[in-house]
Amino acid sequence: MPPTRRSPKKLRLAKSPRTARAPKGAPRKPAPRRAQTKRPALRTYDLATVRQVASAKKAWEQTEVAKSAARAPDRRPEFTTDSGVPLPLVFTPADRAREDARDLGLPGQFPYTRGVQPTMYRGRLWTMRMFAGFGSPADTNKRFKYLMAHGTTGLSTAFDMPALMGYDADHSMSRGEVGKEGVAVSTLRDFEILFDGIPLDQVTTSMTINASAIVALCMYIAVAEKQGVPMERLGGTIQNDMLKEYIAQKEWIVPPRPAVRIVVDMIDFCSRHMPRWHAVSISGYHIREAGATAVQELAFTLADGIGYVEECVKRGMAVDDFAGRLSFFWDVHNDFFEEIAKFRAARRIWARVMRDRFGARDPRSWQLRTHAQTAGVSLTAQQPYNNVVRTALQALAAVLGGTQSLHTNSLDETYALPTEESVTLALRTQQLIAHESGVDRVVDPLGGSYYVEALTDEMEKRALEYMRRIDEMGGIIRAVEEGYPQKEIGESAYRYQREVEQGDRLIVGVNAFQSERHEPVQTLKIDERVTEEQVERIRQVKAERNAAAVTAALAKVEAACRGTENLMPPVLEAVKAYATLGEISDVFRKVWGQYREGGIF
Amino acid sequence: MPDRKLRILVAKPGLDGHDRGAKIIARALRDAGMEVIYTGLHQTPEMIVNAAVQEDVDAIGLSIMSGAHMTLFPAVIDLLRASKAGDIEVFGGGIIPDDDIPRLKELGVSEIFTPGSSTQDIVQWIRQHIQPRA
Repeated sequence: MPPTRRSPKKLRLAKSPRTARAPKGAPRKPAPRRAQTKRPALRTYDLATVRQVASAKKAWEQTEVAKSAARAPDRRPEFTTDSGVPLPLVFTPADRAREDARDLGLPGQFPYTRGVQPTMYRGRLWTMRMFAGFGSPADTNKRFKYLMAHGTTGLSTAFDMPALMGYDADHSMSRGEVGKEGVAVSTLRDFEILFDGIPLDQVTTSMTINASAIVALCMYIAVAEKQGVPMERLGGTIQNDMLKEYIAQKEWIVPPRPAVRIVVDMIDFCSRHMPRWHAVSISGYHIREAGATAVQELAFTLADGIGYVEECVKRGMAVDDFAGRLSFFWDVHNDFFEEIAKFRAARRIWARVMRDRFGARDPRSWQLRTHAQTAGVSLTAQQPYNNVVRTALQALAAVLGGTQSLHTNSLDETYALPTEESVTLALRTQQLIAHESGVDRVVDPLGGSYYVEALTDEMEKRALEYMRRIDEMGGIIRAVEEGYPQKEIGESAYRYQREVEQGDRLIVGVNAFQSERHEPVQTLKIDERVTEEQVERIRQVKAERNAAAVTAALAKVEAACRGTENLMPPVLEAVKAYATLGEISDVFRKVWGQYREGGIF
Repeated sequence: MPDRKLRILVAKPGLDGHDRGAKIIARALRDAGMEVIYTGLHQTPEMIVNAAVQEDVDAIGLSIMSGAHMTLFPAVIDLLRASKAGDIEVFGGGIIPDDDIPRLKELGVSEIFTPGSSTQDIVQWIRQHIQPRA
C-alpha cells in the first residue's frame, strides 16, 4: 500500500512497489533502478535528539555505570553475540543516528525488513509443519494422519538415507539404514501407500529430499494424478537445494554442476506447470547445524539463492517467472536476538538483490518467504526435558523474526527419531506461542528496538561482506568446488566446541548444572522388519511392471541427461512405469559419475 | 610408554552425511598429538576395514548419526576379525540410544561416546585404553 503523502514529519517511506502481482504477459521493462542513495535520508532520529542522548549516555557511563561496575564487575571480559558481534552495554538512539526509516519499511513493503505480509499473523498464523518420516510408508502415513488430527497444518516428509542418496532398499549401501532416519521409499508403490487417504488437493506437502528430489517430486505428481488431482493444483515445497548439500549436509549423487542443472530443470518445469509449488527451499538449516555461525548461515544461504537465480537466468528464464516461488529455510539457534535479526536482515538483503541485481519487478520476487526449524544441534542428551525449553525459546525467536512456517524439534531427538508423545509436545509448544503468548497480535513487535535494528544492520553488513567475497571467487558454485564455505564452517564448528569445552560457553546440563540423576526417555524403535518388507515390495513391483516400458523410459532419462531437454517429463514417465528411485539415480551416476569428497578435516 | 604416536582412523560409515562430529574429533585427536586418518563420507564397512589395515592403525572411531549403528558396528568388527586385525579397537559415537550401548559392547565395541561428550573425554579415554599395536 503506498504511503499517503501527508505532513513531512510523518514517516514517509520509500515509494512503495506495487503489491499486486505483475500481470502475466505485461511488457517487461528493466526494473527501474531506484537511486536510493541519492535520495535525502529519512532519519528515524533527528540530530538534536541523537546528540542529546549521546551526551547523556556519556555522563551516565561516567557516573552510574562506573559505580555499578565497581560493585559488580562484568561477568565476562567482552559480551558478543554467538556470531561474535561485539555488544555494548546498552543501545540508544545515539547508536542509531544513521537509521533510515526506509530500510525498515512497513510490513509487506520493500525491503520487507518487517515481514513479507502486511498483516502477518493477524491474517494467518504461520504453518505448523512438523517434519515426520520413519519406518515403512504405512508407518509414516499413520503418523501423518495423527499429526493432522492434532492440528498440524501442513505435511512434511522425511526420507530415509537410502532414498536421499539414490539407492533402493535392496542395495548393499542401504544395509541397516532402511526406514531409520526417515521413511523408506523406492518406487511409486511406496508413495501410493505413503499418501493413502490424504487428499493431496487439500494439504500442502513439504518433502525434504535433494539429490533424488526429481524422482520424489515426480512420484508425488503421479500419486496425485491417481487421486484425480492435476499437478497444477498441488501445493507444497521440495527442498531440492543441492548447493547446501555440498556445503553442509553431504547427501549427493553426482557432482555440483549436473546437480544444479537438475535443480534448474525442476524450477523451470514448476514455474510452467505447478503454480502452487515451491521447487526449491534454499536452506540455511543444514549449514548452521554443520557449525556455521548465524552470519555464515545467512551469507552462504543467500549466496546459494543467488547461484540458482543466476543459473535460471542463464537458461533464459525471466526472473519474475520463477523467483516468486523460491522459498527459504532457516535454523533458529539459541541467541534469541541475533536469530530475530537474522530473519529480518535476510529479507532486506534478498529484496535488494532481487530488485537491484536481477532486475525483478514483481514484488513477489522480492519477498523472502521462509520456513524455520529450531536448532537440532542445540539439543542435549543430558537432562533431555531442558530441550523443551530451548525449543520454545527458539520457536519464539522464529515467530518474532516473522517466519511463514515452523517445525519445532522434540526433546528426544539426540537419541532417536521422536516418539508420538514428544512430537505432540513440540507441536503444542507452537500452539502455546500462537494462542497464549500474545505475540501474534502486533506485526514485527521488535521493530524499532535499538538493539534489534542495530543487530539487523550488523548481520546484513557482515553477510554482505561474505557474499562479496563469494562473488569475487566467481560465484557460489566455484566457491563450493573450492571448499570455501565448507572450510569456514569447519572452523566455526571447532571454535564452538572449544568454547564449550573451555567453559566459555555454558550449556545447561552439559558443562554446567550437571545432575547425577539420569532421566531416561522413551525412544522410537524402528522395526527391523521394515527392510524385509521394503525389499519384498521392490521385488513384487519389479515382477509386476512392464520391463520393456521401464527400459525405454530409463533410456529417455539418459538421453535427456546427455542433452539439454528438461529432465522432468522423462523422469515422470519413468516413475509412472514403476522404475525405481535407485534405477533412475543409476542413470545419473552413469552419465555424470558419482560424486566423492576427500577426507579433509 | 608408547614409543610412537597413536594412529587413529576416524570413519563415517553408511550414508549419513553429518560429519561435524567426525571432523571435530579428528581435529581434536590430531591436536592431542595423534596421527589421524579421516576416511571421508559414505564408507562401506569393507572400505573402512581396508583403510584401517592398510594404514596400520591402532583404533577406529566410527561416527554414526543415521540409526544404522546396530548394523554397521558389528559389520566393521566382523570384517576386522576376518582380516586378522581383530586387535584394532573400535570405538564410536553419534545418535545412539542408551539402550543399545550394552549390546554394542557385547559385540566388541570398546566404548561409545554419546552427544555432549567432550573431545577431552575422548582423548583421555584413548590415551588410557589404546596401545600402539605391536
